[in-house]
Amino acid sequence: MASPKRIKKIKFGLLSPKEIRKMGVTKIITADTYDDDGYPIEMGLMDPRLGVIDPGLRCRTCGGRPGECPGHFCRIELVAPVVHVGFAKLVRKILRSTCRKCGRLLLEEPIKKNYLDQIKLLTKLGQPCDDLVKNVFRDATKVNLCPYCEEAQMDIKFEQPTSYVEGGHKLMPADIRDRFERIPDEDIKIFGMDPKNARPEWMILRVLPVPPVTTRPSITLESGQRSEDDLTHKLVDIIRINQRFQENREAGAPQLIIEDLWELLQYHVTTFLDNEVSGVPPARHRSGRPLKSLSQRLKGKEGRFRGSLSGKRVNFSARTVISPDPNLSISEIGVPLQIATELTIPMNITSRNLEECREYVRRGPNNHPGASYVKRLDGRRVKVIDENREELAELLEPGWKVDRQLQDGDLVLFNRQPSLHRMSIMAHEVKVMPYKTFRINPAVCPPYNADFDGDEMNLHVPQTEEARAEAKILMKVEENILSPRFGGPIIGGIHDHISGMFLLTRGNVTFDKDTALELLKKSEIMDLSEPAGYENGKPYWTGKQIFSQLLPSGLNLTYRSKMCDNCKICKREECEKDAYVVIKDGNLLCGTVDEVAIGAFAGKILDRIIKEYGAVEAGKFLDNATRLAIRMITRIGFSFGIDDEDIPSDAQEQIHDIIMAAEERVKRLIEAYEAGELDSLPGRTIDETVEMKIMQELGKARNQAGDIAGHHLGMDNSAVVMAISGARGSMLNLTQMAACVGQQSVRGERIQRGYADRTLPHFYKGDLGADAHGFVKSSYKKGLSPIEFFFHAMGGREGLVDTAVRTSQSGYLQRRLINALQDLEIKYDGTVRETRGQIVQFVYGDDGVDPSKSDYGKSVNVSRIIQNVTGEEVMGGKSG
Amino acid sequence: MAKKDTVLALRKRGISSKMAQILCDAGFTLSKLEKASVEDLVKAGITSRNANLIMKNRIRPPTEKSKDMSSDLIDSKLRGLLLPTTITDELQRDLRRIKLTEVQLDKILQMVVDAYERAKVEPCEAVGIIAAQSIGEPGTQMTMRTFHYAGVAEISITLGLPRLIEILDARKVPSTPMMTIRLKDEIKSDRDKVRKLAWEIETTSLLDLGDLSIDLAEMQICIDLSEKPLLQRNISPEEVVERTIDELGVDVRLEGLKLIIHPEQPSYRELLQLVEKIRGMVLKGIEGIERIVIRKEDGEYVLYTEGSALKKILNCDGIDPTKVKTNNINEIADVLGIEAARNSIIYEAMETLREQGLEVDVRHIMLVADMMTCGGELKQIGRHGVAGEKSSVLSRAAFEVTVTHLLEAAIHGDVDELCGVTENVIVGQPIRLGTGDVEPIYKGG
Repeated sequence: MASPKRIKKIKFGLLSPKEIRKMGVTKIITADTYDDDGYPIEMGLMDPRLGVIDPGLRCRTCGGRPGECPGHFCRIELVAPVVHVGFAKLVRKILRSTCRKCGRLLLEEPIKKNYLDQIKLLTKLGQPCDDLVKNVFRDATKVNLCPYCEEAQMDIKFEQPTSYVEGGHKLMPADIRDRFERIPDEDIKIFGMDPKNARPEWMILRVLPVPPVTTRPSITLESGQRSEDDLTHKLVDIIRINQRFQENREAGAPQLIIEDLWELLQYHVTTFLDNEVSGVPPARHRSGRPLKSLSQRLKGKEGRFRGSLSGKRVNFSARTVISPDPNLSISEIGVPLQIATELTIPMNITSRNLEECREYVRRGPNNHPGASYVKRLDGRRVKVIDENREELAELLEPGWKVDRQLQDGDLVLFNRQPSLHRMSIMAHEVKVMPYKTFRINPAVCPPYNADFDGDEMNLHVPQTEEARAEAKILMKVEENILSPRFGGPIIGGIHDHISGMFLLTRGNVTFDKDTALELLKKSEIMDLSEPAGYENGKPYWTGKQIFSQLLPSGLNLTYRSKMCDNCKICKREECEKDAYVVIKDGNLLCGTVDEVAIGAFAGKILDRIIKEYGAVEAGKFLDNATRLAIRMITRIGFSFGIDDEDIPSDAQEQIHDIIMAAEERVKRLIEAYEAGELDSLPGRTIDETVEMKIMQELGKARNQAGDIAGHHLGMDNSAVVMAISGARGSMLNLTQMAACVGQQSVRGERIQRGYADRTLPHFYKGDLGADAHGFVKSSYKKGLSPIEFFFHAMGGREGLVDTAVRTSQSGYLQRRLINALQDLEIKYDGTVRETRGQIVQFVYGDDGVDPSKSDYGKSVNVSRIIQNVTGEEVMGGKSG
Repeated sequence: MAKKDTVLALRKRGISSKMAQILCDAGFTLSKLEKASVEDLVKAGITSRNANLIMKNRIRPPTEKSKDMSSDLIDSKLRGLLLPTTITDELQRDLRRIKLTEVQLDKILQMVVDAYERAKVEPCEAVGIIAAQSIGEPGTQMTMRTFHYAGVAEISITLGLPRLIEILDARKVPSTPMMTIRLKDEIKSDRDKVRKLAWEIETTSLLDLGDLSIDLAEMQICIDLSEKPLLQRNISPEEVVERTIDELGVDVRLEGLKLIIHPEQPSYRELLQLVEKIRGMVLKGIEGIERIVIRKEDGEYVLYTEGSALKKILNCDGIDPTKVKTNNINEIADVLGIEAARNSIIYEAMETLREQGLEVDVRHIMLVADMMTCGGELKQIGRHGVAGEKSSVLSRAAFEVTVTHLLEAAIHGDVDELCGVTENVIVGQPIRLGTGDVEPIYKGG
């Protein structure tokens, strides 16, 4: 297949009247669009030579049908010239800096030459010369006498948006045009303009190009009435005024009327180009809605540039709700049958796959792994339907193409917005499934930042061999376990995976043979290790052993798990919390597997495996580990309910006492403050000091209450297991549920807003007490009092607002970053350069190391290599 | 083949592979080298410094399997490898701690070199996009809370997302400028001297010295100076009077410790304006340093300031100019140059992210910092900086202020070469980046 032609460059410039006339297929003279029969009127705005939009008609210029014909420009000959709004300011600058008589730039020859040389140098270097040109205008405006013809210059006043007054006389666009025509080419270059592509007089329009009908299609409403596009409306206005102007001028109307009409024509042309110019009332539709002008079509997020040109729409894609399936591999995706029958992959028929293709065609479009289209040698596409499938299958021969339906094992791209990083689009293997949702392994949720509360995701089917190869090599889920952000794993176990692993490996849980095999059944493990011991003559295995089956042999690792309290003296293997993890030769000897081991964003074991055994092995480990964890947790049964927050009544009393005591202390603080006995902290006022002390006191009380509650909730409590293993939630959440919600805050302070000197009318003015400023004594279980509830809502609302503001701010930040950095690339010499070839870095990141291949930013894990070679652990070097 | 062996042998002697290649190309063998002089080597195209090095190492390498690995050997072996300094430093540190044979040493070094080669970036990698994503993505997880107390409880500084935006915007002045000043050894542990220095640096206004009251009946302003601050700030009432007259040019009388100031004309407006002037007047100290907090850290006193004035602080006596820190990046660029500003951007951005508990590789931030500074002056990430100065018209038009860019391009007769990402997306052709920058070549017919 020949590679398509590449556009090498695009040159920008102004259209000269000559060019406009050349490209315009016709002149428009009537403001009418369609005749009574609904046919476009010739020389009208919908002239059939401009292209066609109505089905059945053919373009009279190129003969194309709607969809084929791109449309053709035509023109309106303006009776009098008008200024192009976009250039109004530039027109003023040029007027001021050129001679009113001879039209030359008001600078002496040597100065001109100097400027010209500088501009040439800058353009050669590819630098912008805006600042230099600014100086040219500044210098030339100051000159009062033309150095060439010695004509005295007059001050030119500019009135928004498009009128110029010279010494009390209004300059008509025609005068300006005449002046500009006199400017020599050499002087134009000094304005930073290119006289070949942009003569200044072309900024004054004498001929208006009319965009083709295809850019301003009219819609037929249900009532059969035609509704024209905004641009057409505007063009109609321009033509009408143009005609009236001509009639008046020919009839010899007084100057006043001519000038009025001229201004009206200027207004319509201005609002055709830009309807948001300051100082010009926007042109409105009959309904009062402002018309959409040309420049508004380009502008902004939904404009042509950002909306249509940078954001493309594609075929071969699907979107639906996602739901979890822990039995899928992380690299798989469950695709609903309905979607799989709709999406296709093109196959080239060769002698080798002829039979296979025949089978697809034979099955037809409604019988799942079938085909929906075939493409014959002459390029005609034939739809496969039940009636012709047998026939078509026999006709197939090498060289034809078949659009085969999606089936198991195909690679597809899967994406969730917002696509903040490259892991937001990854390649998965298709697994066709019943029902209507996409199914994914919950372990791949973190990179997509997905959950299953109704999230929808998109699927794209690569159509060429190259695309599939790229997807397979670069985009597979396994290739993206390590994040290029910090060189650690971003995919890993979540929630139940972690709780399950934790329950399996903590302490010495033992299983008999049946249970052990049952647990490992889904994990592709072929044999079991030697039993840990015998009880009543029956062999048993520990949870740690079962987990070790998943680890690749030869894996060595020591680290401290999440439970570790960072005791001053680490007891290492003898840790009573089982927090010191030792893995020797792929065997978990001691320690508990938790979030730090297999979790997303942390996952030490996972990290080690991927760095020493590669992505595929890591993917397998993840599959096996998550399945084992799910089996474990379903076997044990794991649930959390309201009675899990129950604490004994004496504990409740203790908590009550603690809070009362704290309130008492707060009261005393306030008394001291009011008596003026309180010393302020350095750098703080007394008011701030009391606030801080009260906050401290109440915070302490909440923590104490939490400790008591935590004391009564043991490891048999599901929430505690989740919090400690790092699966979900924290002890703080648990405290809030069981003991005391604590201080509510807005802007990092206690709640201060509300009425004058008080938060709510229930309190005395100036009350500084705990409950008057948002301290919530109750627990979520007990329920909040109305006042507490109100304060809680205040704190909650702040959080919501914060999130909303943050997303928009960080979104814009990212857009700017991407725009600034997107063109940077590593060249073959190792330098980082942008498009112009300018070097940004000589060596990427000072050492040329790819962060996603690094070990948490370190290019080489030296101590690990030394350890592997000598078997000695290097002291001081970080382990693991 | 013989050449290759010579190169290997030379490398064993701690001569870098590049150097060894040059020597071999110049026709040196091992025996020739032993007889050669420095001059001979220089003739072969080696700098004299390197030549001296080679002269030192050309003799036989130390005998195999020496039990005690001398650090010289490790050093010389390391010198021959093309590794970044971070790795060589770590190797030097760790290898000296353990005993190992030369075979093991060679094995370790080989593995390190292999690992380094493996970790290197591949050509055509679109590192810019990755850097932008790596910094932008955690932005969603950052807090919005502008004020946070870090380290020094008394001084509040902007943190989180607003601070990151501030850094990338290359704002002239950050919303909370702050300096950390360490002091010279002579005074850094002497509390009184430190305090004195702090009073010297901190701006003193009249209001710091006493209470201001407006006497409307007499149309005058009274300031009751108090003894304590005058003493602390080492300023006498007479000096205050003198400075006030200098600054404001009005009539000032001193009655005991009471300062009486008359406006030029006894009008109410004048009076109020004068009060405003007095508020803004700096009597003493460095302008911009609004408040100083002294803290003891590891046995020395450190000054933390609210407000920043790097140039003036560097000229102060008693401070350690090598250890002064400010969070005003533009100031650093002005005073210390663009390279310092680059390092400051990296440091500030890393600290901001680290404080939020977000891990981002330095290399990404380095790239952003380099992009902002590679033109020789600080450029913002955004419309008025990097993104606005791109060569491509279409790319600029697609970013912000679409219409203006298009009109200007027409005037200048600009040409879009279609090299970048956005331009090619807009015209609908493959992007010349990453896998789009390479094409398979078919060999043979």
